[in-house]
Amino acid sequence: MLNTGFPLLSTLIFFPLLAAVVLFFLRGDHTVRVFTLVISLIECILVLPVMTGFDTTTAQFQLVEKTAWIEPWNIYYYLGIDGISVLMVLLTVFLLPICVLCSWKYIGQRVKEFHFCLLLMTTACIGIFSALDFVLFYIFWEAMLIPMYLLIAVWGGPRRRYASLKFFIYTLAGSTLFLAAIVAFFINTGTFSIPELMEHRYSFQFQLWTFMAMALAFAIKVPMYPFHTWLPAAHVEAPTAGSVLLASILLKMGTYGFLRFCLPITPAASVFFAPLMIGMGVLSIIVGSLLALGQSDMKKLIAYSSVAHMGFVTLGIFVFAFRGLEGAIMHMLNHGIITGALFLLVGLIYERSHSRELEDNLGVSKHLPAFTGFLLLFSMAAFGFPGTNGFFSKLLILLGVFKVNYWLGVLFVVGLLLGMAYLLRLLLNVGWGTPSKAPGWKDMNFREWVYLIPLGLMVIYLGVAPGRALSFLGPSIENLLVQFEASKEIHLEAQTPEHPLPLALMPRHGTAEGIAGQQLNTAAFDVPASSPYSLPREPKSMVAD
Amino acid sequence: MLNFNPQLIIPELFMVALLAVLFIQSISRRLTDSIDWVPVAALIGAALAAFSPASGEYMFYDSYRIDGLSQFFKTIVFLGLAVCTGNALRIGSLGKANKADYFFFMSMSAFGLLLLSSTVELFTIFLAMELASFSLYILLPFRNDDRQAVEAAIKYVLFGAVASAIGLYGVSYILAGQHTTYVNELLNMDWSFAQQPMALIGLTLFFLAFLYKLALFPFHFWAPDVYQGASNETAAFAATLPKLGAIVIMVRLMAFNPGLEVKTVLAVFAAASMTLGNLIALIQTDVKRLLGYSSVAHAGFVIMGLVAGGAHGLAAASYYALVYMVMNLTIFWVITRISKDGKNVALSDLKGLYSTSPVLAFVLAVSAFALVGLPPTAGFIGKLFLLNSAWEAGIYWLVIIAVVNTALAIFYYLNLVRHAYTLDQDVPAKISLSPLGASIAIILALGVLYLGVVPQNIYAFLLKASTGILS
Repeated sequence: MLNTGFPLLSTLIFFPLLAAVVLFFLRGDHTVRVFTLVISLIECILVLPVMTGFDTTTAQFQLVEKTAWIEPWNIYYYLGIDGISVLMVLLTVFLLPICVLCSWKYIGQRVKEFHFCLLLMTTACIGIFSALDFVLFYIFWEAMLIPMYLLIAVWGGPRRRYASLKFFIYTLAGSTLFLAAIVAFFINTGTFSIPELMEHRYSFQFQLWTFMAMALAFAIKVPMYPFHTWLPAAHVEAPTAGSVLLASILLKMGTYGFLRFCLPITPAASVFFAPLMIGMGVLSIIVGSLLALGQSDMKKLIAYSSVAHMGFVTLGIFVFAFRGLEGAIMHMLNHGIITGALFLLVGLIYERSHSRELEDNLGVSKHLPAFTGFLLLFSMAAFGFPGTNGFFSKLLILLGVFKVNYWLGVLFVVGLLLGMAYLLRLLLNVGWGTPSKAPGWKDMNFREWVYLIPLGLMVIYLGVAPGRALSFLGPSIENLLVQFEASKEIHLEAQTPEHPLPLALMPRHGTAEGIAGQQLNTAAFDVPASSPYSLPREPKSMVAD
Repeated sequence: MLNFNPQLIIPELFMVALLAVLFIQSISRRLTDSIDWVPVAALIGAALAAFSPASGEYMFYDSYRIDGLSQFFKTIVFLGLAVCTGNALRIGSLGKANKADYFFFMSMSAFGLLLLSSTVELFTIFLAMELASFSLYILLPFRNDDRQAVEAAIKYVLFGAVASAIGLYGVSYILAGQHTTYVNELLNMDWSFAQQPMALIGLTLFFLAFLYKLALFPFHFWAPDVYQGASNETAAFAATLPKLGAIVIMVRLMAFNPGLEVKTVLAVFAAASMTLGNLIALIQTDVKRLLGYSSVAHAGFVIMGLVAGGAHGLAAASYYALVYMVMNLTIFWVITRISKDGKNVALSDLKGLYSTSPVLAFVLAVSAFALVGLPPTAGFIGKLFLLNSAWEAGIYWLVIIAVVNTALAIFYYLNLVRHAYTLDQDVPAKISLSPLGASIAIILALGVLYLGVVPQNIYAFLLKASTGILS
């Protein structure tokens, strides 16, 4: 188990924040850019021990840091990563220098503030993927909205005000009930700690509505089909770096939420709602692909393709099969790489043509061969061409899906075909469409090579030799499934409505409540966490009387 | 027993001295404008209150109590006064009054609030409240003979008088039912409707006087008018400190654990207050009016903690009182700096604030996000405490309404940030911001963040204090 004794995760989280503060005292746009680049590279070096030292034989949380924070409410500063989160942490860190590089020329005004927001985003994103305390998680989860909002609202395209507002309101409104669910978990169990919450058992009814409250927040973030409307707007208006962060990291928070909270904490409700989630996933794939097929704006096309891709991930999660989950997590990583790269390419061509319309960017293959090569590579990866990473993760999901339901597998294949259709359309038009407007445009410069090469290498590496990355996931997924199967059974047997949602004030506060309130985090509240049959307790029993 | 021990009431005595000096200044010819020392003095007062002993001792025949809760509220009243007077140092037009007058009445109102924090006898509470209110009544119309200001003041006085009368009427019922007006005796009485219907009705009526100060629905109508009508500096005071006084008394009285009927009424008021305040604020264009409705919504949140009761509920409400004060002082500080010649600030005046004054834009953003309740600001953690205690008390529906209200509120607060950061003004307004003004703005913003990131010590203190008043 990787435990260095050195607070590595805290360093990863707060180093960018510290750098962001220092940024305020720097003068000159160029200095700011170089400084942020250096910081991002240092951050990449800092994360290397995580990559090399991560113990792939255990499902336990690694690099755990736990300090009491707000003791009266039992809130801890509690960090740690396992197989489900480690890849996302790595992805977040490695995208930072790429985001800095791709904004080198594109961002011409308020440069300092732009990089400030980028660093804040990194802090919040790593925090989200490594927080093991519900309150800490929620803090990062919401705090992330502010820099993202500013990235879209200040440096975005012409309709940035509309898009940023929609993004903010949509995602915030989705997570409000999530907060209520967190509070409910705490009052029922006396802890905000996520690993402890996973070991508790809850009544079916309680699971049902907490699942709904959480799933709403995650479904909007993913985004799943009926909740996806904020995404194209935000993507189209965001600057390139913003789009990359949105597509590669932000969307993953939704699926990560499903994996981290919904499946382990509310397994029975996950089973109950699985058909709905799968249905929404399939709809996301089909509708997202069809919408992508009809777009003339390249960014919009890729944005809708993200909806479809995330549909695949949702599908992989809610079939509850080992391969499916493995594929889902791998696809979260791969989609982050591929779609991030596609957005980078669109940003790159936009800097030349000043338009994102397909018809303004026709026939570039002759004049920008390197660009076309990369476009070809990433498009192929996106529709899952064998040998690329996209193929591999989709194959895993497909294995999981076919194992569970034959017809679902058929729908999946339809989704794959549609994916190929819209990407080939993009590729054909941009590469070989006529009349070409490309003469006079310069091919990729050194800086652009630098930030695309690593992504291209990752696409091929993860396509040819995914074993190393997969080995990170194995134990955690296995553990997740074992827990899931065990607690799913218990719950379907014991569907006692122990925790209904009363709609009235409960007359239960005696005069002793002051003392009882004090005992909130003492032993009275702590159920022996390990016993699997510590069945749902009446939440109030330990208070007052 | 009189038990007069001057050591225990050093903060109050200090305030009396401060008032005496201001009084002399206000009647002299030459000294009326040299009032720069008041904020500093108020800070010293805050330190005195913070470090004075809080032993839970009774004074003045059991009508006055020095305990953790009272010292906490005295400290933050002093702090608030320091910021409000600092804010008002460069106030332009006071009509016929002079600056020393203005500061005298402001400090007098704060003095009333200091007394209010410690009073534990219903009539004394009433007197302290009136002392705080009357000074405020005089303060409101000081705005260059502005008719709106006078209108706002008259509204506040008339309705305030009615609210006070209702409260006093409530005391008569309590006295009739429980035969005492001492809080420490009332604490052990039966407050169920079945046993003591009259006392419970009396308590409800007595609460109304404070709900009025707190601007809780349905007693909220004065807030937007007063905020809009009064000058920016006065509004900053009226929006923050008097509410602290109302909250501290509500905390003391909710420790009675009154019957479910009162709690239900308050919970319904709280829910209506949040929802109504946020909905109406959505369409406001005057920033101060917007904040008036926002304060109506926040009053609902505080009441949520009070309804939840218990040590945690009361501590959460007290903590939110502090958070509320700091958030509002911060945003009012920004508004006062932006305003041209003391005029009201419209949303459109915020346009392009980012380029004219990045510091103010940043501070505005911090306070706006805090008012929404976004982490990592104080607004979030304060709300989390309230939600926890309300859920623990079993008021699930109120928690749901409260969290959904965050989604309602986001638009108009975000709109402030949006105007400041993404819109531009044709003719960029000049903002004269002194280095001192800028640094205080930053300190206030850091305060908002500090209360959000390290709340544990203050909260633990409040938890102890509220456990103290429960027993």
